[in-house]
Amino acid sequence: MKEFLEGAVAIARTVATCKPAVISAYPITPQTHIVEELASLIANGKLKAEFINVESEHSAASCVLGASATGVRVYSSTSSQGLLLMAEVLFNAAGLRLPVVMCCVNRAVSAPINIWNDQQDIVTVRDAGLILLFAETIQEACDLHIQAFKIAEDPNIMLPCLVNIDGFILSHGYEPVEIPSQDLVDKFLPSYNPPYKLDVNNPLTFGPLVGPEWYLETRYAIQETLNNDVKKKIVEVAEEFTKLFGRKSYGLFEEYKTEDAETIFVTMGSLAGVIKEVVDELRERGEKVGLLRIITYRPFPEEVAKVLLKAKRILVLEKCISLGAKGPLCEDVISVLYTQVSSNGSKLPTVQNFICGLGGRDVSKEELLEAYKDTTILKFIGLKKENLGSFI
Amino acid sequence: MIDEKILLTPGHTGCAGCGQALAARLVIDAAGKNTIVVNNTGCLEVFTTGYPYTSWRVPFIHSLFENAGAVASGVESALNYLGIKDNVNVIAQAGDGGFADIGLQAFSGLWERGHDILTICYDNEAYMNTGIQRSGTTPTGTNTTTTPVGKDSIGNLRWKKNLVDIALAHKCVYVATASIHLPIDLQNKVKKALKMKGPKFIYILAICPLGWGSEPAKTIKVAEVAVKTGFWPLVEYENGVLTKVRKIKKDELLPIEEYFKLQKRFAHLLKEENKHVVEMWKEKVKENIEKYNLLED
Repeated sequence: MKEFLEGAVAIARTVATCKPAVISAYPITPQTHIVEELASLIANGKLKAEFINVESEHSAASCVLGASATGVRVYSSTSSQGLLLMAEVLFNAAGLRLPVVMCCVNRAVSAPINIWNDQQDIVTVRDAGLILLFAETIQEACDLHIQAFKIAEDPNIMLPCLVNIDGFILSHGYEPVEIPSQDLVDKFLPSYNPPYKLDVNNPLTFGPLVGPEWYLETRYAIQETLNNDVKKKIVEVAEEFTKLFGRKSYGLFEEYKTEDAETIFVTMGSLAGVIKEVVDELRERGEKVGLLRIITYRPFPEEVAKVLLKAKRILVLEKCISLGAKGPLCEDVISVLYTQVSSNGSKLPTVQNFICGLGGRDVSKEELLEAYKDTTILKFIGLKKENLGSFI
Repeated sequence: MIDEKILLTPGHTGCAGCGQALAARLVIDAAGKNTIVVNNTGCLEVFTTGYPYTSWRVPFIHSLFENAGAVASGVESALNYLGIKDNVNVIAQAGDGGFADIGLQAFSGLWERGHDILTICYDNEAYMNTGIQRSGTTPTGTNTTTTPVGKDSIGNLRWKKNLVDIALAHKCVYVATASIHLPIDLQNKVKKALKMKGPKFIYILAICPLGWGSEPAKTIKVAEVAVKTGFWPLVEYENGVLTKVRKIKKDELLPIEEYFKLQKRFAHLLKEENKHVVEMWKEKVKENIEKYNLLED
């Protein structure tokens, strides 16, 4: 049965069905509603878990790292500055091969301080060895959380997984959502049984000093896991989820009307919703256009190249930028396209990059229709020329 | 074969005469094998866990420089969830940099939340692992690589951050100082602490021949002199009340110069022009003697 719920509440209730043993978090907008709801579920006997109220995000991530190493399922969530403060711990959790599951409620990064949505926070840790998933809707955010535990905790994977949701749009927005039944989640998600843990009956050393003789192999192992085991697992788990829950889950990426598309939009997160409308409208006008929505950002699915190489033109729309270069998503897209083309000699499509929605700026359908006509290679959408005088 | 009772085994790469190695071994042997150790980055982690070897015969985790307090909180919470906390000790330990400086926030969080964890600081009074840089517990006049003695410098300017008072302010159920020259006392303190539920703190002076310029063979002697000059008072607080003080016989109280003589880091303090620094040390020692009523006839 569907309920009309706030995104954060829906996510928290879904996480509760996954039965995390230890939850730790530090308040930051727009993440807080998730852990408030979890705290309330614990306070009312609806979830048996240890909730650690910490003094910083660094400690929140460290608490769940410690608990995960002790062999229990863990959960945390954060945003923006909080994620940046956690960055060191997230690299560490990946290196320690601990399947910490988190939600990153994406928000702009200071300065200037801005609590609204963009995706600048998460790209700062894209190289940490994390599995990074992006949801388009509240329902998908919930569904990806259940899958995140299953993917991260696979004994062949053992890496942290972060589900990304656009701040406010998905965390504070309301949507009719299906919170899966406990029975169904129990059937889907096995209890966590780690191949190694801190155990007095089998003393192991975690986090040793590793010199040049061994370190390179630890990085290679994560790379192999991400590019092979994780990708395979994400596809498998999405298929299994779709079958069991009766709701489509796309795994690595979603294609929307790309079949014969000459122009393909590429994006991740909730922006896909409005782009789908734009695609529909352009299709009505007879334009051959589609959307490829990245769900799995890390490991980056090079499989997208097959779809994108059929088009003449790619428009990458993203809510983040590598200042001094271009959008990080666009760089990934260009990279997989070029790799593919240089190996098979086919023609490269034109790739244009549109940076939009930074710091919570609305992105309208009209602006996207404009972008469709634009030929600029790199452009900020929605710039107010009259504002620029204050900053340049 | 290594004696099974030894939980921090020989063969590690600690320096000759390392006070921290000895202290850490005394601690873990007293705690016993049903103990999980959480360690901040620092000498101890480096010299005991060079992959593919480990000296630890108990479960051990090192995550980062500053998060042992939080990682241990997570470990303890997981043990609570599993219902096995009463059978397992959790120790969170760090050097002075990892405890008093970069890691203090996480330890403060651990103490304030009241986790059932024994926290331990091995204080060697500078960042030894990175090459003897000044920390928040480096005493006045110490020659370190970032507070070098020179024409215009007497070495480190500030006095030590007071970790005992900081722990007491957090209402730790047990707070004690210990010295490696009294190993049974040190181990008894560990055992006593672990019998109490809640956050505990033991503060151990970790003699560092490399950083202090002391003779490796005189590590125990340096520790003893630190106590007998009144510089490192041995005290115990239970539930905030001072319950035990190790007295120094009046005629056995050593002048602080005896402590300086054993260590090159203080060599310049014995010069006439640095007399004012020595006077300042004497004031600090006097404060200890009065605060804890250290002397007995």
